[in-house]
Amino acid sequence: MSITLPKVRVPYLLLFPGFAFLFTFFILPIVNLAQTSTQTPIPGGDTGQYEQSFAFSNYINAFLDNRDQFARSFVYATLATIFALAIAYPLAYAIAFKSGKFKNILLVLVVAPFFTSFLLRTIAWKQILGEEGFLVPTLRSLHLMGQQTTITSTAVAVVAGMTYNFLPFMTLPLYASLERIDPRTIEASGDLYANGITTFRRVTVPLSLPGVVAGTLLTFIPAAGDYVNASILGSPNTKMIGNVIESRYFKIVDYPTAAALSFTLMAAILILVTLYIRKAGTEELV
Amino acid sequence: MSTKIKDATIPTIPFKARLSRWFGRNLLRIYMIFGFTYLFIPVAYTFAFSFNDSGKSNLIWKGFTLNNWKNPCGAPEVCNALGNSIKIGLLATTFATILGTMIAFAIGRYQFKGRSSSNLLIFLPMATPEIVLGASLLSLFLVFKINPGFWPTVIAHVMFCISFVVVTVKARIASLDPRLEQAAMDLYANELETFRRVTLPLVAPGIAGAALLAFSLSFDDFIITNFNSGTLITFPKFVYVAAARGIPAQANVIGSSMFFLALAIVIAGQLVNRKKAR
Amino acid sequence: MGRGFPKGTRQLVSIDPINARGDLRLTRITKSYGDFNAVDDLTLTIPKGSFFALLGPSGCGKTTTLRMVAGLEEPTVGSIHLGDTDITTTRPYQRPINTVFQNYALFPHLTIFENIAFGLRRRGVKDVKEQVDKVLNLVELPHLAERKPTQLSGGQQQRIALARAIVNRPALLLLDEPLGALDLKLRRQMQIELKWIQREVGLTFVHVTHDQEEAMTMADTIAVMNEGKIEQMGTPADLYDDPETAFVANFLGQSNLIKGKIEGNDGDNLVIDLFGQKISMPKARSHAVDNSLYAGIRPEKFRITRTGSAVRGNTLTGGRIEDVSYIGVSTQYVVAMPWGQELMVFEQNDDGVPPFNKGEEVVISWEPSFTFGLRGDEDVEAGTEVNPEETPE
Repeated sequence: MSITLPKVRVPYLLLFPGFAFLFTFFILPIVNLAQTSTQTPIPGGDTGQYEQSFAFSNYINAFLDNRDQFARSFVYATLATIFALAIAYPLAYAIAFKSGKFKNILLVLVVAPFFTSFLLRTIAWKQILGEEGFLVPTLRSLHLMGQQTTITSTAVAVVAGMTYNFLPFMTLPLYASLERIDPRTIEASGDLYANGITTFRRVTVPLSLPGVVAGTLLTFIPAAGDYVNASILGSPNTKMIGNVIESRYFKIVDYPTAAALSFTLMAAILILVTLYIRKAGTEELV
Repeated sequence: MSTKIKDATIPTIPFKARLSRWFGRNLLRIYMIFGFTYLFIPVAYTFAFSFNDSGKSNLIWKGFTLNNWKNPCGAPEVCNALGNSIKIGLLATTFATILGTMIAFAIGRYQFKGRSSSNLLIFLPMATPEIVLGASLLSLFLVFKINPGFWPTVIAHVMFCISFVVVTVKARIASLDPRLEQAAMDLYANELETFRRVTLPLVAPGIAGAALLAFSLSFDDFIITNFNSGTLITFPKFVYVAAARGIPAQANVIGSSMFFLALAIVIAGQLVNRKKAR
Repeated sequence: MGRGFPKGTRQLVSIDPINARGDLRLTRITKSYGDFNAVDDLTLTIPKGSFFALLGPSGCGKTTTLRMVAGLEEPTVGSIHLGDTDITTTRPYQRPINTVFQNYALFPHLTIFENIAFGLRRRGVKDVKEQVDKVLNLVELPHLAERKPTQLSGGQQQRIALARAIVNRPALLLLDEPLGALDLKLRRQMQIELKWIQREVGLTFVHVTHDQEEAMTMADTIAVMNEGKIEQMGTPADLYDDPETAFVANFLGQSNLIKGKIEGNDGDNLVIDLFGQKISMPKARSHAVDNSLYAGIRPEKFRITRTGSAVRGNTLTGGRIEDVSYIGVSTQYVVAMPWGQELMVFEQNDDGVPPFNKGEEVVISWEPSFTFGLRGDEDVEAGTEVNPEETPE
């Protein structure tokens, strides 16, 4: 029970500056984006000049023109999320249960790589996996890889890059929820005739579910909107929706289409996230 | 075989079973070694190539040198970009930490009308892809004829850092025992003194953690920055642009330094915590 | 809400506690949470200088009562006075009342010295160092002044929490399950020590607990609370020897409650029929309102004899030993009576009488003046289902 404070206004006073800021620089821009998304070029105007004409067809055109990129964004992000979960879960499990007194050190080490710049890491991967790197020539000389096959500039490289870059967003929530599990519940399961695999399936996984949900969301959302991995590690054939939005803004100066695409992306993500949270049955995230 | 009797008394475990048992026991350890190797490959690569005597393009190993470390500003623009990133990071961290901490106290400490919609407003920016945040804010600046640049970038960074600050500080407030504040009031401290002498010192580690997180998010941000910074060069932008024609080894020097600096801060923080706990 | 406090807050609390002292009076206090009354029309006076215990199972409203006295909750209805001062709506820091919190609530970021000095500094007291040293000596932990709370054992933390409160010489010291987190042996030791400290400093102690043994060891007056009301108040001996309700009879120790009927008078005694067997008891110890009652006898007041031996006082025949447990100082018997009830009997192992065996026919007897009478419409199970080790609210 918290202390009853004399003034009811206090929480609102505390919220006001921050919320005023978020309203101006988050809500307002989103509303403005919605407006922009239905604009059309002013007939005879300069590039970048638009007027409101409630052209909802912008959405249809934007979507139809970029179906592939949309599909790729969601497929790549889903794959990256699955791989990240597969890599991070045993890692988080090992740190939470098997690391003894090295727990804190290992936890720091698992986050440490992400202290170097996101872009430097991605470029490092590009160079390691690239034609002049160490890996590709070695694999080629061992005939494990065709002379013409490459790793960079492929979808594999893009998904791998995203998996790596968003890994801490998966590992940390997983670790947090695994660490909270009382090891005695695992022993109790063993005591009640469950073998290792059954215990894992029936006790550990359900108890770590909040971490799985948080981790997959925190990985999937940025991955679906990402374009840096695709443009550094990929090729024109691996362009994602983020690349399209970026080039619509900066290269083509087609704000309405960019806005319509952004909105579609955001709506799609929000719908997916809502469905997912419902399905997973946890709302601890908010 | 003359050891028949011995076999009967001390049963030996067949080699195959022993091997599989050893694997069963050490599987997670082996996995950890692979996992950490994977995590550290790009870091090691970046660090190694900061010693490359590379000239302009740092793609192929050309020989060991300490020149890049002796002269980290040697490449054009790199230190200017770093300076901008630090300035933006510090400003954004300050504002986001203040605003976010206030919100965290409101949500974490009070019951009020609109509390759950407040939570939603905090969650939304985290659930919005960076590209949408960046693009929408740029559109707004363009409507109001504000040119992208330094301050728009700071504003953008404050905007996306606030939510992370709120979440971090709120968690710390939630773990605070309300009886400590009650004890302070019981011991003649009024609301203000209770906040200053008990609540704030106990929440401070959470605020410090939130500030570190905000700084690292701001410092490393590329997508939102790219939309709102115009011609201003930040460190990630510098790397991205330079990637096309080869990144100077100085960028690796700075990247590696940031890595070691952050590691030192985190380890120092852990040591302080441990000392306090003792 | 909305009641401002004057600028001279410090003035108010730094009045010499002697002047602010007096009896604590709770008048018709009710505290509601929605439809639920945690405390229900409670009136209570705690005399100055006493060691008072509020005893009851978890959820009985004792902690809520304590929090209202401390100022951490406000009563929905009713008033609280300390001496002549109305403190019903005063903020916690404006009351000359201090609390030893459950789990102690020591400030983890401050040293032991600063923890104890906290209240003195807030009140602007001059000789902080002297007073802290004095109270640290009182609790016999002067060497821990520079440690942090997490470096202390549970028992040490408990003493520091006590020191932090009594250093302020409050008019009233509230103890909220102060020994709940300690192990049994340490708890016993602290019970004695607390009582000694109370006598030493001469403050009024109000102690909230769910542990009847703890309340009986320490307090001079106990109020037994149940469902937001006070069931009975009195000295430990009063409550044990002459409980007025089944709840008190069962919550403080164990009781045998036998359904009976008042047949008539015999001088100062009542003649009672218990399933066809006549017994007598003092009139003054009956709380029955009509001629139906429960006769209550504590298990250690019973005597068992073999059928045929000479006995004095009240007797009940036809019992049969159902179960025997030897527990060192005494032997506990379960005796099945002809009407189907099982009675609990504790026999001291102090004479040469060989213990009884399972299945033996016995006679139960006791001194008539040990009998107490409860209303015939009582719930005989009240207060029995409480597990004394359960965690308090």
